Amino acid sequence: MSYQRPPVMIKGVKDGLILKLDDQCSYDQLIKALKNKLAERRHHYVDGPLVSVKVVCGNRFLNEKQREEIQSVIRSEQKLFVAEIESNVMTKEECETRLKQAQLKEVVQIVRSGQILHIEGDVLLIGDVNPGGKIIAGGNIYILGALRGTAHAGYGGATDKVIAASLMKPTQLMIGDVMNRPPDQPDEEPHYMECAFYDPDQDQIVIDRLQSYFRKNSVENKMLLEGVKQAWGKQ
Amino acid sequence: MGEAIVITSGKGGVGKTTTTANIGTALALQGKKVCLVDTDIGLRNLDVIMGLENRIIYDLVDVVEGRCRLNQTFITDKRFDCLKLVPAAQSKDKSAVEPGQLKNIIDELKRDFDYVLIDCPAGIERGFKNAIAGADKAIVVTTPEKSAVRDADRIIGLLEQESHIEPPKLIINRVRNHMMKSGAMLEIDEILDVLAIDLLGIVIDDEEVIAFANKGEPIALNPNSKASLAYRNIGRRILGESVPLMSLEENKGFFTRMKKLLGMR
Repeated sequence: MSYQRPPVMIKGVKDGLILKLDDQCSYDQLIKALKNKLAERRHHYVDGPLVSVKVVCGNRFLNEKQREEIQSVIRSEQKLFVAEIESNVMTKEECETRLKQAQLKEVVQIVRSGQILHIEGDVLLIGDVNPGGKIIAGGNIYILGALRGTAHAGYGGATDKVIAASLMKPTQLMIGDVMNRPPDQPDEEPHYMECAFYDPDQDQIVIDRLQSYFRKNSVENKMLLEGVKQAWGKQ
Repeated sequence: MGEAIVITSGKGGVGKTTTTANIGTALALQGKKVCLVDTDIGLRNLDVIMGLENRIIYDLVDVVEGRCRLNQTFITDKRFDCLKLVPAAQSKDKSAVEPGQLKNIIDELKRDFDYVLIDCPAGIERGFKNAIAGADKAIVVTTPEKSAVRDADRIIGLLEQESHIEPPKLIINRVRNHMMKSGAMLEIDEILDVLAIDLLGIVIDDEEVIAFANKGEPIALNPNSKASLAYRNIGRRILGESVPLMSLEENKGFFTRMKKLLGMR
């Protein structure tokens, strides 16, 4: 009789536990083994802080219901919470949507009044968006041309997306679920390649040059800022 | 085999019917066989502007409903034998005709005429769909007003989705004379910037256009009017000639022209 791995293995790491679930046994078997394993270790974490658990399920595909069941089994142990469920596999559909979301799609078109251009991921529009037209993207929107209509980046809720246009004269802008529109008295200054992004400090969409968005969001700058703040704090 | 050109705008009152009548006349002046088709069923005007109202016996709906043959509806123009009109019905509405039926009629007309000009009703509903069904080319008419440009943009978007129609061309109508002088060309540039299609012509707003229309004569017949010249130029451009746009200089006085001749600018 060959050696059979236990369906559930527990590994302790610095910031919590890793639960390795076997991907060959049946699902029912797995749940049963999981319950047993947790029950027999219960005394380990009766007192002490909350422990985060990362679940690694290898090549097993878990549907939504199964994920929930595993989470609730683990959560039923009072001191445990599930930080992450990691799986090597996903459905084809999920994979395709993710691919779409990750792509930069090039579109050569003039989005005219009454038309809606909807892209899942990032979009590079070579052309204009005319008043009354609308461009919607799950990701960022880059327009090589004039934006005179409505643009909605981060469709679905992401506020870390940007809208950039060679000529920024929008009717309305939306990023995630934040909306803004240009002032009623437009300034007649020359416009460079401008970019709209969500500024959490002001809690609104601001328009600035693309460079200043990256400056604001670059890691080095954040660290630098933190450093400055700390230095000030010490003084 | 001729070609069918639909004249449309989206917005009402920008001068589709006047444009149709005048381009038709301009083409007839060049000796082409032209047929004007009024598809504005229920609100026909083209016959009035051409001054042919009193000659209507059968109309478009009669053909569709089988009461007459297509050539029985033809009304020959007072001035040109090569110019015919197919009038719309006044007592019905747009739903009396289906796009497929109108396409058949236009296809039949294309066999006998060099140019079939289709006068489209305002709006983007049934009447518009009827009018564009048989067209090979499209002319979008707009005026230098924001709302008209917006509607023209919408119409261009809809026309671009029709694979049987070539990219539409633009006519900017009712450009005021004094606007042309005072930097209104900028405005025209702005319109072209937004709509991004080829310009077929600019027609100056001329009171005489209405006066002539009320008399039942297309302005294109009057060689002394600027609007007339604009329509004739448009006609020539449709025939494939390259005619430069009427430039600002035409509005300048005699002395300015003399100075320019003498190189004094």
